Amino acid sequence: MTVWPEARTGEVDDFNTVDMTINVGPQHPATHGVFRMVLTVDGEMVVDCEPYIGYLHRGLEKLTENHDYRQSMGWWDRTDYLAGMCCEFAYCMAVEKLAGFEVPERAEYIRVMMAELSRILSHFMFLGAFGADVGSFGTSFIYAWRERERIYDFFEEVSGDRMFPTYFRPGGVQMDLPENYESRIRELLGWLEQGLEDFDGLLVGNEIFVERCRGLSPVTPEQAINWGLSGPMIRATGLAHDIRRAEPYSVYPRLKFNIPVGRNGDVFDRFMVRMAEAYQSMKIVEQCLEQIPKGLVLNPDLPKTLRIADAECYVRTEGTKGEYGVYGMARGGVNPYRMKLRSPSFCNLSALREMVVGHYVADAIIILGSLDIVLGEVDK
Amino acid sequence: MPIDSFGDALFGLPSWIDAIIRIVLVVLAMTVVVIYLTYGERKVVARFQQRLGPTETGPAGLIQGLADALKLVTKEDIRPTNADRWVFELAPYATFIPVLMMLMALPFAADWGVRNLTLGLFYVFAILGLNIVGILMAGLGSGNKYALLGGVRAAAQMISYEIPLVISLLCVVMITGADANPDGSNGVGSLNLNVIAALQADRPFLVLQPLAFLIFFTAMLSELHRAPFDIPVAESEIVGGYFVEYSGIRWSMFQLTEYASMWGFSVFGSVVFLGGWAWPYGMFDWDAPWWAQLAATMVKSLLFITLIFWVRTTVPRLRIDQLMSFCWKVLLPMSILQMAMNGVILVYDWPQELLAASSAAGAAVLIAIIIRRAVRRPSRDLVGTYKTLGAPAQ
Repeated sequence: MTVWPEARTGEVDDFNTVDMTINVGPQHPATHGVFRMVLTVDGEMVVDCEPYIGYLHRGLEKLTENHDYRQSMGWWDRTDYLAGMCCEFAYCMAVEKLAGFEVPERAEYIRVMMAELSRILSHFMFLGAFGADVGSFGTSFIYAWRERERIYDFFEEVSGDRMFPTYFRPGGVQMDLPENYESRIRELLGWLEQGLEDFDGLLVGNEIFVERCRGLSPVTPEQAINWGLSGPMIRATGLAHDIRRAEPYSVYPRLKFNIPVGRNGDVFDRFMVRMAEAYQSMKIVEQCLEQIPKGLVLNPDLPKTLRIADAECYVRTEGTKGEYGVYGMARGGVNPYRMKLRSPSFCNLSALREMVVGHYVADAIIILGSLDIVLGEVDK
Repeated sequence: MPIDSFGDALFGLPSWIDAIIRIVLVVLAMTVVVIYLTYGERKVVARFQQRLGPTETGPAGLIQGLADALKLVTKEDIRPTNADRWVFELAPYATFIPVLMMLMALPFAADWGVRNLTLGLFYVFAILGLNIVGILMAGLGSGNKYALLGGVRAAAQMISYEIPLVISLLCVVMITGADANPDGSNGVGSLNLNVIAALQADRPFLVLQPLAFLIFFTAMLSELHRAPFDIPVAESEIVGGYFVEYSGIRWSMFQLTEYASMWGFSVFGSVVFLGGWAWPYGMFDWDAPWWAQLAATMVKSLLFITLIFWVRTTVPRLRIDQLMSFCWKVLLPMSILQMAMNGVILVYDWPQELLAASSAAGAAVLIAIIIRRAVRRPSRDLVGTYKTLGAPAQ
């Protein structure tokens, strides 16, 4: 008969059983990338969970120190690779704050539009992947993919690349939008609305889905603050904490939008908050289309080579997963002295053990999915 | 009734040669059906998901299943070092043989089946119970924790769901008792699948027993490990469950089992509830030729299978405790209720319309229990409220 490693060492007889460890990841259909967690289970119940990260570590911060300010753009795209533009936004803001550049108004609007479209992109990814975690056999995944492809197509028209656009520049954006951008974005928003409706019907209108998610691993606002959660994770608990409002940047103060919040902080609320946020992002993009002025998209006074004297800054933005912060430090020269990323996925993930212990194995997978981590951001 | 001729020599040959010919025909049919079911599933699911499915291998991808089978057979047969050798190697056969044996009792047409058993219905689910042994063998013998979890889950689930399954079938057997005597009085029910089919010449039992049908269909999904009851093979949790360590031909045995039992269950269900080979021909008082009867059975079983595919693509997975409580707290009481209602109506010789009406009411109750929350559509309310909650717009 087969003997488990635990059973070989532990005292096992008819009355004393041992807990079993299950390895989930880094190659596992449910880990959203190369995350690994070792679950200790008693039957179907999780009694302990030990996460392991670092499989996607690429030395982002060190690479940034060794390249000049503009060269590093591409690395930062690849942190939250589901919403590259949001990361570029934060990085560019940090560089601008260090150097003290002005950004043309048109460029600010373009940036906000792109960041909000990226947010929709990332939230669609979550909706699709979460549906697959709950077990809807890839249908939700493919639904999400359809809308994501359309956004990606638009990104390609704008920047020349789909996933890693490298479109933002310190001091503006690389080039102006294509001529037909307004009709294209409106068309896109129509599709996205339809896509969200489809998700509403496929998942939220489903008894099993609601039954599995509602009341699962509720987080109180106090716990959320203590654990350092941010983004949809903290808003699901009922706290309307959004950097776009708490510490407004770019043109967000001029835009009208609501902050969706949940009530119980459970998995269902996290799902619903992200869905409602996608609606709000669409609203923001629409307003941008109305308000966007004509003009330059890149500050013309920029030097050929950026050299920044002693400066220090911390920039907070609302990334797709939460507070995406960049701490920058310049000590002269063409390279930054330090660029530190405060990644929301990493902070949200650190609360995984507290959320998972005491639940079923199947629920552990769902809870991990509801954190909506992206490993490029966790491992940097 | 053509039942009397069933079991006679088909080609005028001795009985045992005849039996072998029938077995070979059924096994060949099963192979072809399984290959095209995998193809069909991929096509149907692809359409649900706005994809095309296989298109390249042969016209419209028609020989994709054949190519897959060929690939699987030629692949290396890997046995993990940690596995229990004989348990591991025999498990696929222990899973597959009960399904094959079940196919032997199914009446595909009035005269087309391997054997016409007097206790056919009893035989089918008795044999299917053996399936669990093979799955447990695979789960325990693989030396893999995912497989162990999958095997244990499968055993718990299949044993639990067998009870409502059997009770819902017995409800139909009770009805056959009402019909069996020509003078209309209650007789003894029949477990013979051919008799059950022939008695539905005028109307399928689905009309009389919708509640039993719903319970049967749900329990059948569970027995087949199909969504939303695919917990033992949950890909996103335990990566495939009890057959995670199998490869090549042994893995294809599990695949064969899955689709063959799906087909077998569908034929079985269409014989018991949808009239099998007898309906709708009996309605027109037309003694249908064998190929028409065969076509009727196959079309009905394909309807069943399409329904299974449909459910699979749209419905998420239950959790193990929800699965168990659904079986013991909802399905089992409802199936006993159906049985009790049938009993009362049959004992007092009340008309069949009452039978249909009471069962339909029960089915409505069951559906209401299942979708009680989804009807409220929380999403629309919540997205609406979320939009207005939180910080006010600036």
